[in-house]
Amino acid sequence: MAKRISNHEFKSNTMPAIVTVGPVAILSLFLVVAPLALVAIMSFCQTDEFYNVVYKFTAINYSKLLSPDYIKIYGQSLLIALITTVLCVLIGYPFAYVIARTKSHKKKLFYMLVIIPFWTNSLIRIYGWRTFLGSSGWLNMLLLNLGLVDEPVEFLYKTGTTVLGMVYCFIPFMVLPLYTAIEKLDGSLLEASSDLGAKPYKTLFEVIIPLTSGGIFSGCIMVFIPCLGYFFVSNILGGGNTDMIGNLIERQFKSANNWPLGAALSIILILVTLILVKIYQNLGGDMDSLGV
Amino acid sequence: MGTIVELSGVNKVYGTNHVVKDLNITVNEGEFLTLLGSSGCGKTTTLRMIAGFEEPTSGSIKVEGESIEEKEPFERNVNTVFQTYALFPHKTIFDNIAYGLKMKKVPKAEIKERVLEMMDMVQLTGFENRYPSQLSGGQKQRVAIARALINRPRVLLLDEPLGALDLKLRKQMQLELKRLQKKLNITFIYVTHDQEEALTMSDRIAIMHDGVVDQLASPTDIYEKPATRFVATFIGETNTYDGCVTSMKDGIANVTLENGAVKVKCDDSFSILEYATISVRPEKMRFDSKPHEGFELVAVVKDYIYVGSILKCIVSLPNGNELKIERLAGQDLPEIGSRIYPYWNPEDGVLIHNDSYKIFKALDDIKLA
Repeated sequence: MAKRISNHEFKSNTMPAIVTVGPVAILSLFLVVAPLALVAIMSFCQTDEFYNVVYKFTAINYSKLLSPDYIKIYGQSLLIALITTVLCVLIGYPFAYVIARTKSHKKKLFYMLVIIPFWTNSLIRIYGWRTFLGSSGWLNMLLLNLGLVDEPVEFLYKTGTTVLGMVYCFIPFMVLPLYTAIEKLDGSLLEASSDLGAKPYKTLFEVIIPLTSGGIFSGCIMVFIPCLGYFFVSNILGGGNTDMIGNLIERQFKSANNWPLGAALSIILILVTLILVKIYQNLGGDMDSLGV
Repeated sequence: MGTIVELSGVNKVYGTNHVVKDLNITVNEGEFLTLLGSSGCGKTTTLRMIAGFEEPTSGSIKVEGESIEEKEPFERNVNTVFQTYALFPHKTIFDNIAYGLKMKKVPKAEIKERVLEMMDMVQLTGFENRYPSQLSGGQKQRVAIARALINRPRVLLLDEPLGALDLKLRKQMQLELKRLQKKLNITFIYVTHDQEEALTMSDRIAIMHDGVVDQLASPTDIYEKPATRFVATFIGETNTYDGCVTSMKDGIANVTLENGAVKVKCDDSFSILEYATISVRPEKMRFDSKPHEGFELVAVVKDYIYVGSILKCIVSLPNGNELKIERLAGQDLPEIGSRIYPYWNPEDGVLIHNDSYKIFKALDDIKLA
């Protein structure tokens, strides 16, 4: 009997690749590779006068991407993504530090506070912000009732509001890798630094930040890249005043109905992402911590 | 030789756990003092309180006559060598050693000179540009020591610094540490659970047990005149006998044990009828084939163990307690199973107060009141 079991195990270990990785390969072929290929092909297609896709090669979509209007939006996207990332680091780092280094039993609770927002769709949460910040929203009601303002303040439809929404959406993606990096930090190194005469801010810059730079970097990548492609935050909170690449793509597929152009934009965004991930990898970044 | 570190009435309580109890230790300048005890005895906590990583619950810690409880670790003129070395993994050996000087904003040229000099002293010349992960355990240890010593602290605190090294390297480092300490004339406060290490290196040893210092004395005194039963059994091997002091005369007490009466030297602090403990080291034990005057112990030889030049005799008393007696190898010995009469020179035994002493003291206090 024992022999038969071991024979069985032997066989299962040498199952052909088609059986073991086959299903996953087929799944990703249909769900990842094929759609991406379709997007790539479409980005080189033309449209007729009714904006129907015509499968005929052209590079015109890519040349359109260089128009000044678009370039302005790329700049704006990069700027918003950059500001969002910086703010996420500045807000997320102290928070992650406190929850990672606390010895209190509340540690798990703090950690949960970061996780819980994931349980609600981010679209709904952004609508929540809109309700909160709107001209008849809670914040304005509060300000009016306190007599701090005479008429409702327009918080919505500003670049700052979009950034606020982005930071709110992406802060967990910053906090979690930071938390992991900071928790791994050996406490005796901090004691050694202090013991050798370093004031707390010196310890921060000499020891803590250099040793958690991997976490900072993965957090930045995980915030910056999706931030470039997010469109609904700027749609809902920016009201079309702060367009980003994501909005541009969305519009080509929905209202403007120019799919090939949208596909070309998507390809550019994918390339930017790949380049950033490559840089991250070359700097010694860990792909696992990106969830790739 | 003045006092450099003074702990008075220091307590440390974590929740319901009283880790350090009313500690009073005075450390002399230039001294090598060891805190010795098993794990959980409060020795590391004591060291961490001097370094400033832990705050005493009560009591005062003075370094060079100045209270330092309120000072942060970076404001204290003491440095620590950590058990795990705690070298900065992202800095080179040079930068690790230079860290303390850099924090004090010492000019770059002087830093370089002092670091290289220190590296020479700990025999690490040529390792400047390596990273800690490229060094062996012993080398990391030297870096940790150099990094602390370069700041010329008044007191160096060492928390089981050799614990992670293998035996041979540990012996070598013990001698090296002792040499460095003599050369630089820095006060060392050294924490270890290794009694041999403590005996080899220390000028004085504080034996800690359950958050209390049982005895603070030179290695010789600790070994030859243990103050408590714990110290006697913790340091080296010993035979202990509990019994009642029945009479005292000319500094010699007659003590009645469960297995008969014996004699041992004593001082005035003992009283008649006090229940006390006798400690006799195996090498001080004697035995004979006939009863010895003043000793009523009878035992049976159970086993012999050869340990190189000496021979350990395991003998058994009527109540089942075993004694260890050391003899030089090569002597004629009674056969296993034969009856012997153990004794010792009364001067070689140590009479130790045990808990009943406290009761006697309390009774005395009541009488005086």
